[in-house]
Amino acid sequence: MPRTLYRKLVDAHTVRRLDGGEVLLGVDLHIMNEYTSPQAFAGLAEAGRSVFRPGAHLAVVDHVNATRRNAAGDDDGRLLIETLEANCRAHGIAFYGLGDPRQGIEHVVVPEQGLARPGMVIACGDSHTTTYGAFGALGFGIGTSEVAHVLATQTLVYAPLKDFRIVVEGALPLGVAAKDVAIAAVAAVGAGGANGYAVEFAGSAVASLDLAGRMTLCNMAVELGARAALIAPDEAVFSWLRGRPQAPADLDAAIAAWRGLASDADAAFDRELALDAAAIAPLVTWGTSPDQAAAVTARVPDPAAEFDPARRAAAERALAYMGLAPGQALAEIAIDRAFIGSCTNSRIEDLRAAAKVLRGRRVAPGVTAVVVPGSNRVRAEAEAEGLDAVFRAAGFEWRPASGCSMCLAMNDDVARPDERLASSTNRNFEGRQGRGARTHLMSPAMVAAAAVAGHLADVRAFSGEV
Amino acid sequence: MDAVSIVAGIAAPLPQPNVDTDVIMPKRFLKTVTRAGLAQGVFADLRFDAAGAERPEFVLNRAPWRGAPILVVGDNFGCGSSREHAVWGLAQLGVKVLLGTTFAGIFFDNCRRNGLLAVCLPPEARDALLVRVADPARADLAVDLPAQEIRADGVAVGFEIEPARKRDLLTGADPIAATLAHAEAIRAFEAAADAAEPWRTPTVR
Ligand code: SF4
Repeated sequence: MPRTLYRKLVDAHTVRRLDGGEVLLGVDLHIMNEYTSPQAFAGLAEAGRSVFRPGAHLAVVDHVNATRRNAAGDDDGRLLIETLEANCRAHGIAFYGLGDPRQGIEHVVVPEQGLARPGMVIACGDSHTTTYGAFGALGFGIGTSEVAHVLATQTLVYAPLKDFRIVVEGALPLGVAAKDVAIAAVAAVGAGGANGYAVEFAGSAVASLDLAGRMTLCNMAVELGARAALIAPDEAVFSWLRGRPQAPADLDAAIAAWRGLASDADAAFDRELALDAAAIAPLVTWGTSPDQAAAVTARVPDPAAEFDPARRAAAERALAYMGLAPGQALAEIAIDRAFIGSCTNSRIEDLRAAAKVLRGRRVAPGVTAVVVPGSNRVRAEAEAEGLDAVFRAAGFEWRPASGCSMCLAMNDDVARPDERLASSTNRNFEGRQGRGARTHLMSPAMVAAAAVAGHLADVRAFSGEV
Repeated sequence: MDAVSIVAGIAAPLPQPNVDTDVIMPKRFLKTVTRAGLAQGVFADLRFDAAGAERPEFVLNRAPWRGAPILVVGDNFGCGSSREHAVWGLAQLGVKVLLGTTFAGIFFDNCRRNGLLAVCLPPEARDALLVRVADPARADLAVDLPAQEIRADGVAVGFEIEPARKRDLLTGADPIAATLAHAEAIRAFEAAADAAEPWRTPTVR
């Protein structure tokens, strides 16, 4: 029977079939951070259990550390970091702590080490584990109880998802980034519209994305509710893996095996959606859910035009929180802060795209602009290219340490109430970047454009720079 | 994990769609290495103002819904971050049942692992419940997991639930213990995969 890529990966990792259609799913790699793991280790200790396969785990510090310096943001954060390190040491698990040249945001670190590969199952106590779909790996987020389950058994009790294919055909217009494709998909499907599904992204526009762009797209698939995202691996993936510090020893044999890892031509999907790449514009969000988005050239929508009462109420509430009025031009909304970072958009390609806009320009007066490279490797690469100098000359703060920082504001980077941000992150939820803080999501180049303009701005107006 | 069977009590309406785990458990409550003490964090920015005083307009601060063991919630409840702290906090606040339409996947699994019954209803049934429990005189419900039924004043609506999830909730099972019973099969699976595809499961350095 023809199978989707998702089904093939589930089948290849099925240890046992369980009752009720569930399977015992083997996990190839498990990643941990400092804030969703301590209770899992505590649970193991209480039950007197050990780690089943210590080599198949990696722990990275990223959520609570400061990025102004290599340190915890505060005492509670320090305890989380020290607890993770002690747990890893006790169980023989690889740990990338502060000051380690390999440290950074987990979903940036794992691929750059060559640890995300086609055909794998990767689990992590973090919802953006969908990122690894860019490599044709089945990555998904889990809660802390499941973290304990993977530690103790190297498996998960897993209910297979339904198949959803989103096909994006055509050429992306100039100035339109992978982030715009991601936001367009979220807006089209709706937040939670893909709950219960694994999404496979396909089509010529997806194939044309580089790996950084594919990671951005798969990363944000969780915002439409998809528990997993996949893109069939191709030559771009194989060449990306070459020379990575922890790429497989026999990469050529691996590549030979990975060729053809794709959905069968006649495989059936439970749902399909087609998006026209040429119709996607640079997007910004205007609300407090990532599906509340529009072209930067558009206006704030009128909730009264929303037919569904729950959606109308949600839009009204969002506009009240965001301090916006229906009909306002999006490109006139003034910002207080610009933030470039997060596992969605802090890779070298993202920094290059933003630097292109910033070269020879200055951040508008009154705007606080910060860039946090996704990992220490990304920072080193950027500094070798002179990108740090471009950001600094433009008036951006170039952070000397890496982590999630103002993506979720769990460290000392917190926006104040009513402050408005142009942000390259993935969630514009109420309070996400600080209590009362107002977040507009967009691509890193669009954040740079907004920083320079002092308000949301169309990156295409920055002539020749995209 | 505590087993769930029949939960009877007040149900509170929380109709907003896309209530995310940042809203259910704000990040300032996450810097902890234990599961304890999270009840105070649940919906903290909705329940309390910046000075820490209760917001009288929020439903869980009002009679009869204060302390409700049942919440009737909007679509896509629990979206966003994987933080299980959201579920631990809800359980510590005394919430035992969530009646909604769709739940975000990780949150849904976290509920199952912590004895919180999340029920997926058709939108019309959920909407009818939202209207009903918004009336203080009609906010009393009984949710019967064995019978797969929600009852109020002699009215009953059935609900669907996956058999495996129902079993786990009813028994309060420890899935790790159950899985470790397959330890030999897991070792055999790993050995076969390591031999056939040595590039698949890394040994992280
Ligand atoms: S960068 Fe943001 S979304 Fe990504 S792992 Fe960190 S907190 Fe989560």
